[in-house]
Amino acid sequence: MTSAIEVEDLVVERGKRRVLHGVSCAVAAGSVTGLLGPSGSGKTTLIRAIVGVQMVKSGTVTVLGEPAGAPALRRTVGYVTQAPSVYADLSVRENARYFASLYGLGAADADRAIADVGLAGAAGQLVGNLSGGQRSRASLGCAMIGAPRLLVLDEPTVGQDPVLRADLWAKFHALAAAGTTLLVSSHVMDEAGRCDRLLLIREGRLIGDDSPDAIRAAAGTDDLEEAFLRLIRDSEQVAA
Amino acid sequence: MSFRITFSTAARILRQLRHDRRTVALLVVVPAVLLVLLYFMYDGAGGTFDRIALVMLGIFPFVIMFLVTSIAMLRERTTGTLERLLTTPLGKLDLLFGYGLAFGLAAAVQAGVAVAAAYLLLGLTTAGSTGLVVLIAVVNAVLGVALGLFCSAFARTEFQAVQFLPVVVVPQILLCGLFVPRGQMAGWLQAASDVLPLSYAIEALTQVGAHPAATTTMWRDLTVVIGAVVVALVLAAATLRRRTP
Repeated sequence: MTSAIEVEDLVVERGKRRVLHGVSCAVAAGSVTGLLGPSGSGKTTLIRAIVGVQMVKSGTVTVLGEPAGAPALRRTVGYVTQAPSVYADLSVRENARYFASLYGLGAADADRAIADVGLAGAAGQLVGNLSGGQRSRASLGCAMIGAPRLLVLDEPTVGQDPVLRADLWAKFHALAAAGTTLLVSSHVMDEAGRCDRLLLIREGRLIGDDSPDAIRAAAGTDDLEEAFLRLIRDSEQVAA
Repeated sequence: MSFRITFSTAARILRQLRHDRRTVALLVVVPAVLLVLLYFMYDGAGGTFDRIALVMLGIFPFVIMFLVTSIAMLRERTTGTLERLLTTPLGKLDLLFGYGLAFGLAAAVQAGVAVAAAYLLLGLTTAGSTGLVVLIAVVNAVLGVALGLFCSAFARTEFQAVQFLPVVVVPQILLCGLFVPRGQMAGWLQAASDVLPLSYAIEALTQVGAHPAATTTMWRDLTVVIGAVVVALVLAAATLRRRTP
């Protein structure tokens, strides 16, 4: 299987603090990969490095065969930041149409993306008047316009109600089945089981990189939260 | 840079403005109201009103567009939309020219209303044409936009952004020749005035006030202001980094 993302010995420093300590990993094309770890573990920094907006100290990040941030990738990589990055003083439809126009796409593509994230009924509303969950779906919808080959989503399901969350995960898998690669970060362990593969990150180091089943088997537990805890303990013993 | 993306960015910014009716009302009405105030302040002194109102037609769009732009651009930075835009095919110049175009158009409406009020309602008289006054007012507005785009890079909060008004705008108003003619200033003040773009914009307006036809000095001044706009936009582009720490 080919890799959509390859990260090689990535070191990132923010200010004087080292946030990523030589992370290496690969994300298979056409899969849903979960990037899991507690708040402050370096998930967002790794994601920013992959979409090419993070200054890196050393190491390489290759995305779809190009160095991360290469101009060619601006058409093929969709990025959803953790805080919804849409214009609060525009309607959902106006936001979607603006982002569509950046890719040379029209109103039909924008409207389809809005429907895909379940906001067809709220298309005319100002984003500023939406609930937190709707707002982050608006942001997600804008990233899906133009059918990017890679979608990088930083905590896209925070604040969504359980039914919608299930819908979104079904949508992610449908996209993956059609060949899109998805990298989804989350700090919620119950979402981990929905991924094809997991990257577990803690304090800027990768401590697990396997399928959910393999991680459960290796840790000897069915509970992924518990498995994550055992992996942390193991990695600390190795370090000591 | 792509014309399509630049125009759709300008249209997006104007749509944002349209949803904010109060801002639109303030943009359109306030300069005209301030001119009325000026008219009654100089009641009976037609010559003084003419001189000051003409200068104000250049200063209002500059100040207002500087403020509006620095806040709008700061919002793009703090809400994450800028980071997102820079991962799309949008070029830095598309964004900057989009702002220039959108607020330039808004300034044209504003200047149209203010100039109409000044000439038709308040009896402002100038030797030169009103069209040139509007042109200079719009170029001044774009100067405000360009400086606002640049300065917003140095502000992390709205409080800081607003503080750039006394730093960047007020000295230009003090030294532009409105209060003390530039020729009567001490040498070092005159030198400072010479490097500030607003001085040229105000000189251009004064030329329109005094001469029936457009003068070479006016065109030279206008060229200097446009040059300052280009420099400010290039500097602003340099502050837009795709990669940040």
